[in-house]
Amino acid sequence: MSKEWPLWEVFIRGQHGMSHRHVGSLHAPDAEMAIKNARDVYTRRNEGVSIWVVEAKHIAASSPSEKGPLYEPSESKVYRHPTFFDIPDDVGAM
Amino acid sequence: MYAQMVKSTGKGVKSREEMTEEERHFQDRVDADEKIEPKDWMPEGYRKTLIRQIAQHAHSEVVGQLPEGNWITRAPTLERKAILLAKVQDEAGHGLYLYCAAETLGISRDELTEKLLDGSMKYSSIFNYPTLNWADIGAVGWLVDGAAIMNQVPLQRTSYGPYSRAMIRICKEESFHQRQGYDIMMKMAKGTPEQKRMAQDAMNRFWYPALMMFGPSDKDSVHSAQSMAWKIKINTNDELRQKFVDQTVPQAEYLGLTIPDPDLKWNEETGHYDFSEPDWSEFYEVLKGNGPCNTERLEARRKAWDDGAWVRDGLMAHAEKRAARRTAAE
Ligand SMILES: [Fe+2]
Ligand SMILES: [Fe+2]
Repeated sequence: MSKEWPLWEVFIRGQHGMSHRHVGSLHAPDAEMAIKNARDVYTRRNEGVSIWVVEAKHIAASSPSEKGPLYEPSESKVYRHPTFFDIPDDVGAM
Repeated sequence: MYAQMVKSTGKGVKSREEMTEEERHFQDRVDADEKIEPKDWMPEGYRKTLIRQIAQHAHSEVVGQLPEGNWITRAPTLERKAILLAKVQDEAGHGLYLYCAAETLGISRDELTEKLLDGSMKYSSIFNYPTLNWADIGAVGWLVDGAAIMNQVPLQRTSYGPYSRAMIRICKEESFHQRQGYDIMMKMAKGTPEQKRMAQDAMNRFWYPALMMFGPSDKDSVHSAQSMAWKIKINTNDELRQKFVDQTVPQAEYLGLTIPDPDLKWNEETGHYDFSEPDWSEFYEVLKGNGPCNTERLEARRKAWDDGAWVRDGLMAHAEKRAARRTAAE
């Protein structure tokens, strides 16, 4: 069996001034072809105005077992949300 | 369905007492409709069953291009040709979305392709039937994509994140497929007597193969019970088949076509149509490789794979050479 084309992760910016969002992955020999393939696979119905591709092996990801140490610290910091503070109605919109 | 008779562990669903701590935690997440993501812990049986199911679905999308591709060059108008081309291109896309989902479970796309080509993985029985004339393209879009939608819509809620996301993309594109098929059928059924005869003939040949797509009754299957507990199967085959019949009968009536089943009738009591089962011995023969087009379909895929080898290798070699040159220049 010959060598398999590497896997690329595809990120697309939709029409509406949004950030690029991960939409899926595909195989391609290089970045140029990956963008061309991404155009055909992921934007057949005007789903995007810009494409990013990153070879999958270059993506570092957090591991599910780190969930606790990573995200629990923010759970107790409720004062980071505006609803924590009671502002009297008389003050008006804030 | 596009995935038919997918074998699960075959051991039946474990009781909570029989489960390990990890399995119980996993099942709780599935029961709570949490999505399972690639890096999360999952039972080995879940992973293996999903690979089989998603791959079979992907292979079906890819092989499914062949019967329709057969008519692209002979579509009756330029507009019909452009539409059919877009439809078939969507199916290629569906195959790719699904291969990617399967790859997150630790198998490569090339391995999956090899398994299709050596016959160890299957694709849906429906694509082993020929498309003999233009009316068949209408019948395929209307009935085959229609049956596929029945199965794919609930699968958007499946427990495995990447599979669910692939199904959501696919479902967005499918209703165009079914509508373009029905549109062809409307034209034919309201056309000349000859066109109407062709439409009826296509309906006669595709009706039972479409019913077979859902697979034989699985209400007592241990494989299905496990898959349903894991939410990689949402409805039984009989439920989906009934839904499909109930939806399709009025559509056929509108076209003025007769469903080729003398026993088909509305059942006031159940609120559903009664209908005849397809010939399941034919279904098993098709699965074994003895359908009208099995050999032709696999040969076409093998030829595409073999003939494309030099392109895949050439592009890879070119990419490596350019990367090496870039590194040297830095
Ligand atoms: Fe499809
Ligand atoms: Fe389709």
